[in-house]
Amino acid sequence: MLKQIEGSKAVAEAIALCRPEVICAYPISPQTHIVEGLGEMVKSGTLTPCEFINVESEFAAMSVAIGASAAGARAYTATASQGLLFMVEAVYNAAGLGLPIVMTVANRAIGAPINIWNDHSDSLSQRDSGWMQLFAETNQEAVDLHIQAFRLAEELSMPIMVCMDGFILTHAFERVDIPSQEQVDAYLPPFEPRQVLDPAEPMSIGAMVGPEAFMEVKYLAHAKQMQAIELIPKLADEFKQIFGRDSGGLIRTYQIEDAETVVIAMGSILGTIKDVVDEMRAEGHKIGVLGIISFRPFPLEQVRAALIKSKRFIVLEKSLAVGMGGIVATNVRMAVTGSGLRGFTAIAGLGGRAIPKSSLHKLFRQAEQEELEPVTFVDLDWAAVNKQLEREKQTRRSGPIAENMLHDKGIVGVSAKFG
Amino acid sequence: MFQIRVHGRGGQGVVTATEMLSVAAFEEGRHAQAFPSFGSERTGAPVVAFCRIDDKEIRLREPIMEPDALIIQDPTLLHQVNVFAGLKQDGYVLLNTSHSFETLGLGDMLSTHKSERFCTLPATELGLKHIGRPIPNVPLIAGFAALSDMFKLSSVIMAINEKFSGKVAEGNIAAATEAYELVKEQMEGRTHA
Repeated sequence: MLKQIEGSKAVAEAIALCRPEVICAYPISPQTHIVEGLGEMVKSGTLTPCEFINVESEFAAMSVAIGASAAGARAYTATASQGLLFMVEAVYNAAGLGLPIVMTVANRAIGAPINIWNDHSDSLSQRDSGWMQLFAETNQEAVDLHIQAFRLAEELSMPIMVCMDGFILTHAFERVDIPSQEQVDAYLPPFEPRQVLDPAEPMSIGAMVGPEAFMEVKYLAHAKQMQAIELIPKLADEFKQIFGRDSGGLIRTYQIEDAETVVIAMGSILGTIKDVVDEMRAEGHKIGVLGIISFRPFPLEQVRAALIKSKRFIVLEKSLAVGMGGIVATNVRMAVTGSGLRGFTAIAGLGGRAIPKSSLHKLFRQAEQEELEPVTFVDLDWAAVNKQLEREKQTRRSGPIAENMLHDKGIVGVSAKFG
Repeated sequence: MFQIRVHGRGGQGVVTATEMLSVAAFEEGRHAQAFPSFGSERTGAPVVAFCRIDDKEIRLREPIMEPDALIIQDPTLLHQVNVFAGLKQDGYVLLNTSHSFETLGLGDMLSTHKSERFCTLPATELGLKHIGRPIPNVPLIAGFAALSDMFKLSSVIMAINEKFSGKVAEGNIAAATEAYELVKEQMEGRTHA
């Protein structure tokens, strides 16, 4: 059913259609509207049977999800930013134990400085945790990926994060086709766990494993993600048969057939990029787009195949590997090892910095001319950066950087000033 | 694509206004995208929200920097924020005030822009009269429908019924209907003048 609906509300409706049995909720922006919506559905009885548990922290949210999943319940939670960091020990445990939990990450920057706005630093910090990570381009895709995620998680007995851009998607009202219960039931069978804590047949989950078997257990986690490379496109095909739309898969290309320059990105910024590419195509530029939907597992072969006929690529990413450059870009470069392709990294949109079309037009033209540095910081205020660097050179006690930056940029209400 | 930017203050229903604009457009079979400027909203602080309307899927996610229309929910913002930034030459402006553009020192804008697309509406008064609260957003949406012909009053009423129920919905529909008529009267007054 077509609805004009907030992204978070749409995701809450999609989760409810997946018949979760335990939802662990701890509020943090910009994820809160999702679990609020689910809480209302459980309370009103429209989502039943389901236990909605208000936990005391994100660490507890993931711990309860682990317990629920180990007891054979379909378990769901959602988080963002510092909340994800606070649950990290349990995040690794969920993957290590092979429990098919689905978690929405409403992508948000990580502090300090504290910042509630969107970028991809939070989920990308967990790229090696053993969780699969799928990134949604639109709210429709966020809905569809959650439905596919339960299926994928439970077939492999591994957890998944469905990542959607905080605020940009979670708080946007747009048109979403909410599937029917019959469609979702036809796609997603009841949870049949590979391992379950059952008083009738007592066993334990979570043994200590020494050097004699640890590597094998870890390898099996890797092997499951390699299986996911095969499974994700199949599940997207089956999804299309039942729901009638293309959603999910490993990657998605746009205008790439004859492209000499390919722009690579994840999440909602792909929409703006496609608009820019259409405008540039109209002027004769041979430019295309490669969207990465599955960041973990990372589809090395598919990325390579998509890029190999081009001349160069630019990875536009909302994340920064401090001291190195790009996170997504590093993965993409691994995929094209030995190909001779020129690659550029552009860091953009950190902490919610808007990424306007005008900046992308300029950036993509520079990439075409191969005029970019290996790593570019899009729309960085160099004057402000250089002022602080100079201050640090002149003064030993140069003070807190965030406060200095706010002062230099004339943001009201900040009194700290050093040097 | 038609792009609307709504300026107001925290507590005036700015975000709700854009959401309802998008629902009204959706009711007429169009694509619409509404989103806030994502600040840490505080009561009284300047707030901006956006709505795009198109006949095809909207992929663009940048903030609206060159709006086709402005809805200004609070005239005191005129001294604090450059609400007119990027407004297109033929853009629409609907301002919540019981004064005229000239009285507010905006007479020059009428000569540099299409003055027939500029309109004022005492929306706070309409909110107080029909809903009992000084919330100007719903009257302004209906007034905007009258000013721009982007969608029908009946679509605004559908958006109201989706958002509110009972007495609150009734009050909002009455406020919307009066706002729509007031703006239409102003427009007709101009054509006959």
